[in-house]
Amino acid sequence: MLERAHILVCGGTGCTSGKSNEIYAELSKHLKENELDKEVKLIMTGCFGLCAKGPIVVVYPDGTFYQHVKPTDAEEIVNEHILKGRVVERLLNDDKSAGTDEVKSFNETPFYKSQRRVVLKNCGVIDPENIDEYLAYDGYLAYQKAVTEMQPQDVIDVLKKSGLRGRGGGGFPTGLKWQFARDSKSDQKYVVCNADEGDPGAFMDRSVLEGDPHALIEAMMIAGYAIGADKGYVYVRAEYPIAVRRLQIAIQQALEYGILGNNIMGTGHSFTLELRLGAGAFVCGEETALLNSTEGKRGEPRQRPPFPAVKGLFQKPTLINNVETYANIPTILLKGADWFASMGTEKSKGTKVFALGGKIKNTGLVEIPMGTTLRTIVEEIGGGIPNGKRFKAAQTGGPSGGCIPAALIDTPIDYDNLISIGSMMGSGGLIVMDEDNCMVDIAKFFLEFTVDESCGKCTPCRIGNKRLYEILEKITKGEATMKDLDKMEELCYYIKENSLCGLGQTAPNPVISTYRYFKDEYIAHVRDKKCPSGVCKALTSYEIIPEKCVGCGLCKRVCPVGAISGEIREKHVIDPDKCIKCGACIASCKKNAIKK
Amino acid sequence: MKTLEELQAIRDRMKGQMNNRAAADESDYRVVVGMATCGIAAGARNTLSALTQEIEQKRLENVVVSQTGCIGICKYEPIVEVFEQGKEKVTYIHVDAERARQIVAGHIINGKPITEYTYNYAVREEK
Ligand SMILES: Cc1cc2nc3c(=O)[nH]c(=O)nc-3n(C[C@H](O)[C@H](O)[C@H](O)COP(=O)(O)O)c2cc1C
Ligand code: SF4
Repeated sequence: MLERAHILVCGGTGCTSGKSNEIYAELSKHLKENELDKEVKLIMTGCFGLCAKGPIVVVYPDGTFYQHVKPTDAEEIVNEHILKGRVVERLLNDDKSAGTDEVKSFNETPFYKSQRRVVLKNCGVIDPENIDEYLAYDGYLAYQKAVTEMQPQDVIDVLKKSGLRGRGGGGFPTGLKWQFARDSKSDQKYVVCNADEGDPGAFMDRSVLEGDPHALIEAMMIAGYAIGADKGYVYVRAEYPIAVRRLQIAIQQALEYGILGNNIMGTGHSFTLELRLGAGAFVCGEETALLNSTEGKRGEPRQRPPFPAVKGLFQKPTLINNVETYANIPTILLKGADWFASMGTEKSKGTKVFALGGKIKNTGLVEIPMGTTLRTIVEEIGGGIPNGKRFKAAQTGGPSGGCIPAALIDTPIDYDNLISIGSMMGSGGLIVMDEDNCMVDIAKFFLEFTVDESCGKCTPCRIGNKRLYEILEKITKGEATMKDLDKMEELCYYIKENSLCGLGQTAPNPVISTYRYFKDEYIAHVRDKKCPSGVCKALTSYEIIPEKCVGCGLCKRVCPVGAISGEIREKHVIDPDKCIKCGACIASCKKNAIKK
Repeated sequence: MKTLEELQAIRDRMKGQMNNRAAADESDYRVVVGMATCGIAAGARNTLSALTQEIEQKRLENVVVSQTGCIGICKYEPIVEVFEQGKEKVTYIHVDAERARQIVAGHIINGKPITEYTYNYAVREEK
């Protein structure tokens, strides 16, 4: 039976924490009460991308985009929209930047318009727990095409021609990697998926797993056929419970349909898939550490070479790719290498998914063609910086990457451009910073993360990064000298050159790139003992400007440590010895009389 | 285990059912049923299910069925409007299940609007 309307409730992690499960239950209840449950289909989908406006509910066929929905809104949606056909205006967009109040079909809004959804095409469209819905959108057709119409080498040739490069960070040409794995001779080979996604703030891979798990399964089956492997592992972190559950359901359904298993659909090809849950160590995302961890060993990197394509899991040739890399592959096989290569720049083809976060209005998940400028992402898709602040820089590549300063906002984003300006694509975290962010503090934040996550196997990383962190601490406390800055720079390059694995080799990148573009800020901390953005507490003091103070006493009341004194209608003063620089007074003052 | 043919059958069946999740502006036809109190009281529910059934059975992929509120001419309910890409919309009145099926066959499949059921025709006759 064809339903007259489909109500899609976002079941991504963000919206789920905003109670989308309850919203689903309430909608279901009210549909039943009105005997609409046969006419209207209710579906829980993966992430829609516009997480800032979640929880999100979309009603088709008109594509009405409801946001910030609460369980208590369910009744009104059913009674008004479904029963009477009147859109619930108050749940439409509240902010013009996403523009959903003028055009109802959300594909036309600035947030979605500049995007190009290849990897995320099914996210927020299908029910990830229903294999039939995946099939409806040509699911497992690419696999079928590969196995019945193509030779394994043909599949690899298509990938080579498409120009697809690894989305896990390094950007290695995928077709070439598959070729290496195919050319390794062995009685047993493996296909592995890296779904560890350890970058702080990144959730691209999680959203694919949650929204379209069958796409990953299909791609890994294609990989198995192409390189000659009949067994696959997905290494996914246990902190992604929804992703893990949906993957388990998807694998189960594929087994029931005979899509996984022996002699798949009678084609003679066999493939099975297992999950391995990681405990959430950043280093386990590094491919050789991941292989160790999958084998049940300690998650420490191995020497490379030999590369996994030669000696990987259990010493057998292993193909390892990232979730997003895989998720591109079924569509490439169906639509062709030329179609894929028509998107992007000369050396970076296709699209890239970014987790947009930080000081930006439309935080969420975006997929853009390679070569889109940072300006488009920040100003159009992201809707700009909140509170009228100025864009200062964006960090890509997480703790392994670097920052892109405002002066380079028109750089087309692709692998090679990012490297040349001292950042990197990384797996797709994109954190926007405004004038209130201190760049030394940002570098320190990322370095603290890598110091914590270093596995300790090699000295440059284990001890070098710790020392580097200590220098940054000195800088932010105003205790560093200009000589320390030189030492810092030298140490950065030493660590990069001598660490064993990618974690150590890239850990100093945030320091190097912030030092490159914001040297004056470092110098201000060291020489003038000032933090220009007022973030580093040791270098900021709070002061009440006597001319502006009207003596209302608000600040005195909010100060948690009683550092402010003064009589009503008289000038107030802050005692710098007691002040803990929490900023509560600034927030409370209506006259803007307190400055850092 | 499912064979390749069985999987294809599932794809075909599901495609029909999920068609209305495509953005409305990508389809050739948009069929809108008035589903306000007036429409529902006049039997718009039956009209709607007849439309959706017919479209699914005939495997029409270029059509989305949608609903709207009160169109403002309540005495003519149930009302169905057919929007065709690049053409003026056609407003049908008193559309019961039978008329709905005829509209799908005549207007959408054969491309010929059924003049006698339209609002314009009724208004002209009344004069
Ligand atoms: C410290 C470190 C962490 C990494 N974390 C991830 C990760 O979370 N996910 C991922 O796909 N790749 C990660 N990588 C990259 C992998 O080592 C590897 O290059 C990638 O899985 C290859 O897949 P691709 O060619 O499809 O990008 C990490 C690398 C390093 C050095
Ligand atoms: S670089 Fe760091 S994470 Fe990598 S092996 Fe050395 S200590 Fe471990």
